[in-house]
Amino acid sequence: MNRHLLSAGDLSRDDALLVLDTAADMDAALAGRSIKKLPTLRGRTVVNLFFEDSTRTRTSFEVAAKRLSADVINFSAKGSSVSKGESLKDTALTLEAMGSDAVVVRHSASGAPHRLANWIRGSVINAGDGTHEHPTQALLDAYTMRRRTGRVEGLQVAIVGDVLHSRVARSNVLLLYTLGAEVTIVAPPTLLPVGVTAWPCAVSYDLDAVLPKSDVVMMLRVQHERMHGGFFPTTREYSRRYGLDAERMATLPDDAIVMHPGPMNRGVEIAAEVADSVRSTIVEQVANGVSVRMAVLYLLLGGLIDVSGADEVAA
Amino acid sequence: MMSRYVIRGARPLGGEARDLYVDGGELVEEAPAKADVIDADGLIALPGFVDLHTHLREPGREDAETVETGTRAAALGGFTAVHAMANTDPVADVAGVVEQVWRLGQEAGHCDVHPVGAVTVGLAGERLAELGAMADSAARVRVFSDDGNCVHDPLLMRRALEYVKAFDGVVAQHAQDPRLTESAQMNEGEWSATLGLAGWPAVAEEAIVARDCLLAAHVRSRVHFCHVSTAGSVELVRWAKAKGWNVTAEVTPHHLLLTDDLVASYDPVFKVNPPLRTNDDVVALRAALADGTIDAVATDHAPHALEDKETEFAAAAFGMTGLETALSVVATSMVETGLLDWAGVADRMSVRPAAIGRLTRQGQPLEPGAPANVVLVDPAARWTVDATLSASRSRNTPFAGRELAARVVATFLRGKATVLDGKAV
Ligand SMILES: [Zn+2]
Repeated sequence: MNRHLLSAGDLSRDDALLVLDTAADMDAALAGRSIKKLPTLRGRTVVNLFFEDSTRTRTSFEVAAKRLSADVINFSAKGSSVSKGESLKDTALTLEAMGSDAVVVRHSASGAPHRLANWIRGSVINAGDGTHEHPTQALLDAYTMRRRTGRVEGLQVAIVGDVLHSRVARSNVLLLYTLGAEVTIVAPPTLLPVGVTAWPCAVSYDLDAVLPKSDVVMMLRVQHERMHGGFFPTTREYSRRYGLDAERMATLPDDAIVMHPGPMNRGVEIAAEVADSVRSTIVEQVANGVSVRMAVLYLLLGGLIDVSGADEVAA
Repeated sequence: MMSRYVIRGARPLGGEARDLYVDGGELVEEAPAKADVIDADGLIALPGFVDLHTHLREPGREDAETVETGTRAAALGGFTAVHAMANTDPVADVAGVVEQVWRLGQEAGHCDVHPVGAVTVGLAGERLAELGAMADSAARVRVFSDDGNCVHDPLLMRRALEYVKAFDGVVAQHAQDPRLTESAQMNEGEWSATLGLAGWPAVAEEAIVARDCLLAAHVRSRVHFCHVSTAGSVELVRWAKAKGWNVTAEVTPHHLLLTDDLVASYDPVFKVNPPLRTNDDVVALRAALADGTIDAVATDHAPHALEDKETEFAAAAFGMTGLETALSVVATSMVETGLLDWAGVADRMSVRPAAIGRLTRQGQPLEPGAPANVVLVDPAARWTVDATLSASRSRNTPFAGRELAARVVATFLRGKATVLDGKAV
């Protein structure tokens, strides 16, 4: 694997399968333990560098790192150079001085983790950058699909909603293509990027046409600012055309699953009875997120373990 | 202290080798006595280049560039005249500021500085600046531009086009529909979709180009388009010229060589306005420069302080330096590819831009009686761009590390050498 995880597109098929298999090993290793902790990354430092508030993602990485016995520093940067705060470079130099082995970064600007990777020696893990990517979300989604359906290759996956602004969609399209799933993105044309035709997926404007042949439906969150950005006439019309309610869910194949990266707008892109149904994997996705992030940290930092040193957990 | 030179064996416009004689600031018939002899064997002699689009940053951002450093870089690039854009602080929208910039150019002495006047007060696009006062000032402004901003109000643009006819001025439009490019970061296309960066669609440029061609025709004025960057703009300019309308256009060196896939690094050195486009656009721009649809190469030299580029892509300033690499990029993209000969380079980098700017003493034939504005180019040179060696105060060249063809060896401004052996005098 590369030293950094900046884009889901950086992962080869073997890399991606290794992450998923390692996540499964992590689950197995922790199953039945009263103390959910492995000594694997003892003495290593993981920095959570969050320029955007995201308690969910930050907590998930924090739990993952702690379960591997790493030291965790939460570094909430108040501003960034985008918002005229401290520059990203100065923040990077500060982290260098602290001696971090990995930096998990969330930032409102696309490409900020790429910039950071130029300035620090440790691994950079993209935990969501602007409207670009969120590769660990895609990995946890693939892991969830595999656990629920037994496979990823050959699955028909519909990704529905604001693809234009979605880092989850970009990472999922890339990773699922690598893993051999067939993706259809479904959105009103205003919420698809110009240039989407070059993506390795199909495109549809018609949710009802896509649902009956989907093994997996992934609903994307409608950001509040989009509701008033002129991308669609009203939230009500959006829900009618692109929301997943019980009636639409009934058109899915019997063993199809419904996913959502959270946080949900119940009643907008997903109805409450769908979110709470047996098809829904939303709670599992959260748990799987920890396992997958453990795997990513282990594989990126494990690759740095000095075999001549006295690291007793290098297995 | 006028210099006398015998330039031995240069090939004017790439033609037959002959000697050029310089005396009293002009080219003369016969070899002057006690002249310095310059061995120009194998070198091409061209009229000194004229840049229609240079950001010298003074007054206001002397940390990024000054008239002194910018014009030294210009001379090293073979330029004997540059047009200094109006988006300084304060804005060059009154006679006092354009005269100040003009005088700074005279004092520096590396190349002539012709200030561009703002079209609207403060570049705000709301009301006309005192265009006549700037035209009548010591700086004798003929090119007016809100560059950086588009004059997007169609009525205001119409008035500007009409008004400058009184003193034979030209409005140089930065064609960018503001609503279609809100928070735009790069060309809208496959790469912006992948990189998650807000797109700057070609139509935002082309819609303004089309509108302003029609406006210029309607009021029988002339319009010049800054840095056209798309195949569609080229088609529109070609159409307007075929109609006989008084439309001219420039292209930057970077749009002749670089494409939007470079943004995949998220390195803001590739962030520029208008953005780097696709290979199809590059091909169309080269063809248009070759057939004369695009009149001129203009650098849009836009120096920026390091801290304005060492940031997230979205936070970085737009712009690239270009004075010192312009000739070599044109040689690499146009001459080496067989699209343009050296006479063509002289036409697009000197003759036509001088004519658009109404500079009667620039862009003249290399014949006795003409001002001795001459550049000597080594067509066989190959060099690798090193940003740290730039004479500009800024380092934001997108060509760093690239090998380019041909190099400026010497520049003469009215008979005075500003560059010899590739070094500033
Ligand atoms: Zn411009």
